Order: sequence, then structure tokens, then C-alpha cells
Amino acid sequence: MQEQGNIHFCGVGGQGILLASELTAYALLAAGFDAKKSEVHGMAQRGGSVEAHLRFGRTKVYSPLIEPGTVDIMLAFETMEAVRYLPLLKKESTVIVNTQQIPPPAVATGKMTYPDRCLDELTSRGISVIPVDAFAIAKQAGNLKAVNVALVGVLSRLLPVEEATWIEVIKERLPAKIVEVNLAAFAAGRKAGE
Amino acid sequence: MVNRVAQNTSTAETLWMSGNEALALGAVEAGVQVASGYPGTPSTEILENLSDYKSVYCEWAPNEKVALEVAIGASFAGVRALSTMKHVGLNVAADPLFTASYTGVRGGLVVIVADDPSMYSSQNEQDSRNYAYAAKLPMLEPADPAEAKEFLKLAYRLSEQFDTPVLLRSCTRVAHVKGVVAKGAAETSGVTPGLEKNPAKLVMLPAHARGRRVAVGERQQKIAEFAETFAENRVEMGDRAMGFIAAGTSYLYAKEAFPHASFLKLGMVNPLPEKLIRDFASQVDTLYIVEDLDPFIELRVKAMGIACTGKEKVPAIGELSPAVVRKAITGEAGAAVFGPVELPPRPPNMCPGCPHRGLFYNLNRLKVFVSGDIGCYTLGALPPLTAMDTCVCMGASVGMAHGMAKALGAEGLGKAVAVIGDSTFIHSGLTSLINTVYNQSYSTVIILDNRITAMTGQQPNPASGSTIMGEPANAIDFPELCRAIGVKHVRTVNPHDIEATYAVLKEEIERPEPSVVITRFPCVLTPAEKKRPKKPFHSNTANCTGCGMCLKLGCPAISWVALTPAEATAMGKKEKQKGYTIINETMCIGCGQCLTLCKFEAIVAGEGK
Repeated sequence: MQEQGNIHFCGVGGQGILLASELTAYALLAAGFDAKKSEVHGMAQRGGSVEAHLRFGRTKVYSPLIEPGTVDIMLAFETMEAVRYLPLLKKESTVIVNTQQIPPPAVATGKMTYPDRCLDELTSRGISVIPVDAFAIAKQAGNLKAVNVALVGVLSRLLPVEEATWIEVIKERLPAKIVEVNLAAFAAGRKAGE
Repeated sequence: MVNRVAQNTSTAETLWMSGNEALALGAVEAGVQVASGYPGTPSTEILENLSDYKSVYCEWAPNEKVALEVAIGASFAGVRALSTMKHVGLNVAADPLFTASYTGVRGGLVVIVADDPSMYSSQNEQDSRNYAYAAKLPMLEPADPAEAKEFLKLAYRLSEQFDTPVLLRSCTRVAHVKGVVAKGAAETSGVTPGLEKNPAKLVMLPAHARGRRVAVGERQQKIAEFAETFAENRVEMGDRAMGFIAAGTSYLYAKEAFPHASFLKLGMVNPLPEKLIRDFASQVDTLYIVEDLDPFIELRVKAMGIACTGKEKVPAIGELSPAVVRKAITGEAGAAVFGPVELPPRPPNMCPGCPHRGLFYNLNRLKVFVSGDIGCYTLGALPPLTAMDTCVCMGASVGMAHGMAKALGAEGLGKAVAVIGDSTFIHSGLTSLINTVYNQSYSTVIILDNRITAMTGQQPNPASGSTIMGEPANAIDFPELCRAIGVKHVRTVNPHDIEATYAVLKEEIERPEPSVVITRFPCVLTPAEKKRPKKPFHSNTANCTGCGMCLKLGCPAISWVALTPAEATAMGKKEKQKGYTIINETMCIGCGQCLTLCKFEAIVAGEGK
């Protein structure tokens, strides 16, 4: 992870996943890494499962896609979505998971139930899981929409990028009027990740 | 520059950009003057980003054929011109493409076509390289955003140097991949703008076309010779036991999987550099061709009489990846990975408050066969709405419904309808509606008029009243248009009004004459609708009997809460009640469709905020 790494972002369309992956990419670039990121747009976006692959390295990054079994860190914005991408994970992966649950259509209409204790699917395979109530962190920071930046705060502890760099990136990338609340969410997330 | 990278390791300004952003910048640096396209994932953001520069004239055309014709005209007028589209869009634009190959260009002319291996957002997986061969045109294929920008600039130089339109093949993993891009110098075309008569070259009468056919053959020969020394057809010698020929993202995947092998990385996939390939092949023990979709390079290399391994190992279906390439070549599965866990699926869905939902609920009720089309509303095929029965290509719904009517005659009356969005209708449904009237059909065409091209991200279209450049424009009056082409029965309804929509649909579907029903309400994602103050509804749980009527809409804002008999009794409900529904007030926009369906006053209209 000091020299290269694969970060997987996943969740449900509309949760701010792409922004979180953008902030992370900019922080890694500012720290001198090369990076490539792959996103999903179009039909796949309408409230469906959304993912972004971010690969970084001290040397040139070729493929924009993370191979199965090679994710170093997963940042999951929704509990069940962390489990959906299990084939990308390995035993040594660290999964930061927002404890929020968003029922998919089959659950919302009562046809299926939301899987109980689904994170056990990860821990039982030896994968490290860091559960985070990002919703509560964002609320405390003063804006429910800062869930994504709170999660980036947790992620920031695990990456070879200085805290000051992250703060610079947030200041530079977000509209001025929401910088303060997002810096608070970032700091709270970073603290939660201790 | 918004995308500036804070890293300062080189003198050139570096930017973090998607392939589509990089292509837009490439167009600016190449001095493009006119750009016309039609939205289609994954190509859409090229023009959207280009229009943000304000220095280049950009437009959304009604369809790809028009877009390419606009670009051809601009090229004939002596400026650099661009046309953008997705792979299936090139089918629509194929007619002008094949003959523009004969006329050649004045200002550089490039068509960017974006393929979608694995069909993330497409109805088929066609390989656009076949068009380059069939239309006798050079095609460049970049691997990432940095190359996308450079290759577009190269494409303009080639276009003017060889008097030819040039195709640039993008794909999902170039268009929607972000990477570091170096800002470059602006270029200008050496061509003087203006109109010059040149009938032997520009008027493709058969006699002229025969002459141009010979010129095209000579041009192909010259470009093939050029390809031999083209700097982007590059050899990277490594371990000679394995040699790979690959282009675009396939090169990246193979390079990642076999970093020490030898590579011939092709920047130009048509025509191929035969001598270079022969030379490379002679220096490696085993030659592999790694390419997604069709065996385009492989068949040509085999036709040169060179032994190689390609599609017998590398999949011809779906997107490649380093893992797929490694497994295909070595036959080894690689490190054991965890298998997937079975979970409730999370497919895409229409938004809460989407006006299409009311229409599809009614079509499901009417039990008609729905000849469908392409847009967000194709999601009407999914449960619980389950009210779309065909989807072939842009505009197909209207002609197909007419074909069904002619096949079944009187027996088919009242059994089939066509549904088509406003943008899709303008794209290629209008001519089919003219056919329906002209050939005396009885089919009913429903135009889902939400005033925007929604699926690809709210692009304005000729019914929206504005342009991509943000200027006000005429907004097509659909009822007037339909009457003008001879449709006598044209009705407009608000699809949120479920019962009124049902009544109108029933009447028109049974009518033994052509009719049009326009379901008109703006998309919830248009800027005006987003700004409109919302009055979310809420649940009166005490009244809910758990009948499940509201769930038939499949609205993401309504969800089911299951109850055990004990819980039901504790809530004061009948023991056998299996659950109740609740409205998520942060998602609900108060469209009112569910209110109409609830017979127990368990849904209450919002007071507003």
C-alpha cells in the first residue's frame, strides 16, 4: 500500500460515491502517485448498484480495472453492497462499511428480505471490516449530505497521504459554502477510523 | 482549470480527466470549429464537456445521421469538424459515412464512436472496427484518456493529410476512465474556410463515384504504407517467448497481465501495418492477438499467413480485463478468489415521481402488447410494472407496432401499442409514424414527452426549448406535428393522473384508426423540476391494510414492512395482516400516483415544506 494499491468504492446511485472516489484520487495524485479510475454511468446508474475502481502506484498504472481478489481497501456506502463485490476481495482486504441499509426493490416490495448479519459473510472469511455509522458522523458535523466525506475521512487513515494534503484537496475541490461542514465530517471520520 | 492536478513533476500542466473530458480538450486543441452528435452512453460527455469551452460550436442533432451530415458539411466548408456517437449510433450514421469516405474532406473530419463491451448501457455489443474496414477508413484506437486526447489531434492531421474522414474508437473503459492528461498546444488547420465547387469530388453521381472509388483505393494503399512507420504503432520488445499484438484497452489488460512479454501496440487498427506485424511475429516464439469483441486483427493477421493465437483462447463476448486475459492465455485460473454470495438484486429503477410510472402501470392493467423503445422507460419492462414487450433499437417501436397491425389485421385491433420517448421519437420515430398514417394502420403510438433526453443525463433536445450551448430554441409542438402528418386523433394526458390516463388509453387503443397519445410531464431530474418545492406524501400506518396496491407502482419511495401475527395484533391490525407499507419522505416528491391507488386513506397528501 505504500507503493501501490487498489481501492474499490461501492454503494447505491445517488450516495456521493463518485465524489468520494474523486477526492481520494486527487489526494493520491497530490502525493505523487499515478492513478487510474473507472466509473459506471448511464443505465447502470438509475438507483442501481454503483461502483468505482481506483488504482494507484509509484510507477505507471496500466489497467483501470481491479482484478478479482486484489482489492486492498473497499469503501462501501451501503452494507449489502459490500458483500455484493466479495469476489473482488481477498483475505487481507480492509472493508470500511457504512452501516446504512437501503432496501433494493425486491426487498422494498416484500418479495425478499434484507439479508440479516450479512457482514458475517466478510468476517467469516477473515476479511477485516470497519463498520462506520457515517450517517451519525455527518449529522453531528452538521450536514447529512457529508456522509461520503465522512467515509473518506475513515479511508484517509489507511492511505499513504498526509492529512494536510487531504484537507487541501477538500478545500480545492468542493464549493466554498460546503467546505467547512465537509472538513468537519472528514475530521470526524478520520477520528472514527483511529 | 478545474481538473488541475496539484502535482508538479513536469513542466506541462497535468489534468485529471475522463476519456470524454480528454476528447473534448483534444477537440479544442485540434482547433475543431463545429461539433454535432447525439447522446449515447458512453459517448455523451464528449460534447457536453466541449460545449463548456464555449469556443467551439456544439449541438445535439436529432440523430447520428444528421450529426454526421452536419460535420461533413462543416468539413466541406473548410473547418475541422467532429461528430460523436455510441456504437449503435454509427449504424444510423452509416449511410453518410460510407459516401463521405469517397468524397473525402476539406477541413479535418473525425467521427468518435464509443463501443460498449459487456453492454453496460446498450442493447448490443457490436464492434465498430468493422465499419472502418467496410467504409475503407482509417481508425485510431486510444487506450486511456491521455492517448484519447493525443489520438484525436493525430486524427485531424491524418484526415487532412490523406483527404479522408477518420474514425476514432473509444469504449466504456476509455470514456469513463479517469487518468492523468497533459495539456498540449493548440493547433490550427491549414485549410482556408469557404465553399469551393468541385463536383467530381463532392457530387457522387455514379460517374463521379467510380472515379472516387479508385482514389479511395489509392488512399488506402498510402495510409497502409504510412501505418508501417506511424509512431503510435509501437514495438515494446521484452521476453521473446510471448509476443502480443493489441490495441486500446486490450493492450492495457495484456500489459498488466504479462508485463515482461513483448508487445506490438497498435494505435491504428485499420489499415494494419503488414510489414511491421510480419517483423514482430518473426521475433517472438508465440504470437497472441488480444482484442475485445470480434477477431478483427486476428483474421487479418491470419490472412497474411502468420500463425497466431486469438479467439480460440480470448473471449469474443464481453469486456476483457487483466484477469480474463491471463486466464485465457495461461489456462490457469489464478489465485483462488471468493465466490459471489446470493443477494437480493439491485437493478436500476425509474426515479421516485417519474411520470413514466403512471403510464406503465396503466399499460400493465390494459394487458396490451407493448412495442417498446430506448430510454429510461425501457425500465418499464421490469417488475412490478412489467409492461414492455419489445425493445430493438432507437425508433423501432412505431414501425414494429404498425407491422404487428398489418400482420394481424382486424384480429390485432386493441392488442398492441407503441411507446416512445420524446427524444427517441424525434430521432427516428417520426418517419415511422408517417408510414403508419400513409399505409392506413390502426396502431396507437404513445409519446412519452418528458421534455428532455433523460436516460443519458438530461440533454436538451428539439422538444426542450433550449440547446446544448444554453440558448433558447424552438420546442416542438407534438400535437401540431402529429396532426400535420395526418393523425386525426391526438390526445395529451398527464400520466400522474392514473385514471384519466387509463380512460384515454382505452379509448384510443380500441380505435380502428391511427392515434397518438402524448403523456406529458417533465422528467423529475430537469433543473426546473428539481427546484420546484416538493410536497412529499406520508403514510397513515393505522389505516394501511397491507393490500399492496401501492407497491404495484414499483416506486423506490414506497417500501414494505413485514409483520409477524403478534406484531400485527400489537399494532391493532388483523392477525393475518402480513405487513404494511411506508413512504420514505426524503425520496417522495408527491407525484400522487400512489394516492389514487390507495382505497384505505393510508396515504396522505403532503403539506409542503
